[in-house]
Amino acid sequence: MTSTAVRVFPEWRQESVDDALYQCREMVESPDFATVSRWRENGGKVVGHFQVYFPEEVIHAAGMLPFKVRGAAVEPNHADSHFGSYLCSILKTSLELALSERVELDLFVSHPICDAARNLSAIWGRNFGHPCQILYLPQNPNSSGSIEYLRHEYDRMRRVVAEVAEREITDDDLRNSIAVFNENRRLLRELYEIKRETPWLIAAEDAYALVSLAGMMPREEHNELLGALLPQIRRRTNKQEDRIRVVFEGGFCEQPPFDLVRMLGRTTYVVDDDFLIGLRWITGDVSAAGDPLYNLAEAYIERSSYSPVQHDLRKPKEEMLLERIRGAGAEAAILAAAKMCEPGLEEQVTYTHALDEAGISYFVSEFEENMSSFEQLEMQLETFVENLLFA
Amino acid sequence: MTIDTAANIVGRGNAEGAALFREWFDELDTTARNGGQAAYVFVMGSINEILKAFDLPVVFPEINSLQTAVRRVAHEYLEEAEDHGYSPDICGYVKADVAVQLRGGEHPMGRIPSPALSVLTNACNTYIKWAEIWERMYRTPMFTIDIPGTRQAGTQTWAGDSDFEADRTYVEVQLRELITLCEQVTGTKFDVDKFREVLGYANVMSRSWSRILELNRSTPSLFNALTDGTIFLGVANGFRGTAAGARYFERLVEEMEYKAANGIGTSIEEKYRLLFVGVPCYPIFRRFNELFTDWGGTFVNSTYLWFASGGTNRGFEYDLANPLSSLAEGLLVSVRQAMDAMFHQDEVLVDMVRDFSADGVIYHPIKSCRTVSTGLADGRRYLTEKHGIATLFIESDMMDRRVVSEAQMKNRIDAFFEGLGSRWRQAASQDKE
Repeated sequence: MTSTAVRVFPEWRQESVDDALYQCREMVESPDFATVSRWRENGGKVVGHFQVYFPEEVIHAAGMLPFKVRGAAVEPNHADSHFGSYLCSILKTSLELALSERVELDLFVSHPICDAARNLSAIWGRNFGHPCQILYLPQNPNSSGSIEYLRHEYDRMRRVVAEVAEREITDDDLRNSIAVFNENRRLLRELYEIKRETPWLIAAEDAYALVSLAGMMPREEHNELLGALLPQIRRRTNKQEDRIRVVFEGGFCEQPPFDLVRMLGRTTYVVDDDFLIGLRWITGDVSAAGDPLYNLAEAYIERSSYSPVQHDLRKPKEEMLLERIRGAGAEAAILAAAKMCEPGLEEQVTYTHALDEAGISYFVSEFEENMSSFEQLEMQLETFVENLLFA
Repeated sequence: MTIDTAANIVGRGNAEGAALFREWFDELDTTARNGGQAAYVFVMGSINEILKAFDLPVVFPEINSLQTAVRRVAHEYLEEAEDHGYSPDICGYVKADVAVQLRGGEHPMGRIPSPALSVLTNACNTYIKWAEIWERMYRTPMFTIDIPGTRQAGTQTWAGDSDFEADRTYVEVQLRELITLCEQVTGTKFDVDKFREVLGYANVMSRSWSRILELNRSTPSLFNALTDGTIFLGVANGFRGTAAGARYFERLVEEMEYKAANGIGTSIEEKYRLLFVGVPCYPIFRRFNELFTDWGGTFVNSTYLWFASGGTNRGFEYDLANPLSSLAEGLLVSVRQAMDAMFHQDEVLVDMVRDFSADGVIYHPIKSCRTVSTGLADGRRYLTEKHGIATLFIESDMMDRRVVSEAQMKNRIDAFFEGLGSRWRQAASQDKE
């Protein structure tokens, strides 16, 4: 079976753009990840890869579904006793999805993105029969050896994935997948163009839902979704409102609750963000010619975004944030961090100092994926926005 | 050569370790006051082997920070960093160091020089975030030696395997780049003969450290892994690759061999042999240990002695004929060992319980260190459910006394020992039947 054979999210088809976006929100808000179970019901295998980035083309090329493990708004009833205190929620709810059998995997891969997450593979390995791997993405991308190393590491991962898929993954399979993902990256860039240029045409939560779906359904199908909806969104006639344009920073790993995104969208125009940045990590097309694994490795090192969990001398995070703010024409930034997220909390300090120096207003906040009450936060945010609007 | 007697050999390691420690900080103080250069490094992969070849004094900010806790002033430093914007929920070591830097290097043990460069590995992700702070603060270079670790439990590869060799090539390239950087920073040409000499000293230390840990299988145990072991660790890190460090460890082996041969244990009457998993509770370092020794419990080994020595417990020795490639291999094997002692320590502990005749395992996860702590609850479940090993799980911190509750700890530790005693009595009565 190849990933082009199955469609797992038919609800949006034949609907108006508003109703289609409603279906997208419903699918993303549900913690049951119905698209993944439908894929399995059709006989497909699933590879779960934890935040932030994974070369999903390798999974796709094997005819399996890459599922971005990003936690969920669920109570960690089964997972809680596997963890101590002082940890972020996403670790617990991600394991909960598997322990509660909401999501069934054939392979789990994590990355040493942070001190907490790098423990996940071992924890999962003690609790499940399927392979639980670590992909060691380079932590020294400035080394002249990093691309060759990563090419070999991707090749190792190809072997692991092929064994689970019980089929060979050829270079042509990979080139085909790269083409599918290039199209997906192009469509996602277009979505963000709409956010930046005409944010009144798409609500923050709708844009979020469209991105989020990429990590839970076949990419061809996601391309069809974006390909159909983006032109309709552009044709909308919504009126521009007098709102502050903001960049949201802090969604690279644990995701804010959907209602928090919705609340932000009620108060501001979120013109750029780092929500699920791993799905948009590669910022341009990956060449399909030549050695596909080398091309993927080269793109990771040379043409990629930024996050608090990658150190690259060429991409100081505070300068990248300033670039994002200026590139989006934003007037302020929301500097958020998931509770107990060490890299996020550490980066907040640098961001605030950099924005102070640049004279850019910011709003600092913490969130947890399970939080359900936003009244106070909304009031604080409204006060912040009013101060800017009426300054 | 004089032959030591019990009177001057027993306890020598602790005394000499303390003296070396003092010397080390005096050197750092002098360097700071003279405006000299120093390299900031970390315990899991200090790369002292290269830095010492350039005669660079090394600063271990982790050790500086824990010293503020042992000296009961950590809260002053933590509060200062929190006032600067750092969250109460991040690593206390980082925050104490930020405060040391904000104070111009002022530290209870002397003045700490600022970094001419920082060298780190990926063994702990906070190392990277931490070094970024210095990079921004001083505009001096940071260099990450990226060392890929175990990809899946039980699938480690070794020299000769194509995956291992790809990793080795990557690490070796980075080591060459680090050498170039050190040449630029110090203005000194790399001297391969001096490098070999440093590696030779490191070999002595690795061999000795491995032997010392092995010797503690003796009954009674020869040293307390939590208290004495921490002194040994300080020397293992600060003096790695030096003649003084090599000599210290040779003499420490001599002491331990002597104690083993003569049945000389620690200062308590050993009743329970324990393993320690996690990072010590430095804010009440001595008292924490007493909560166990009061019951006759002593720590015979710990994962801390593995990972906080950068995995040198493995005893890897460099091939001096092929020094750079061998250093790359040694780092891969040793730092991986350190990482495995944190992430995949379950099977290691099962072996350790057997080899060290341990009666129980004490897990001490801490707020400050998610690298070490995240997997401990699950690892403990595994050890208890699959192997029926007695365990205790107590959470606190290595720096922040706000989350250290001695009374609560004591209750749980007392209950643990009562449970152990009950297990023993039941086992004894079953034996009689």
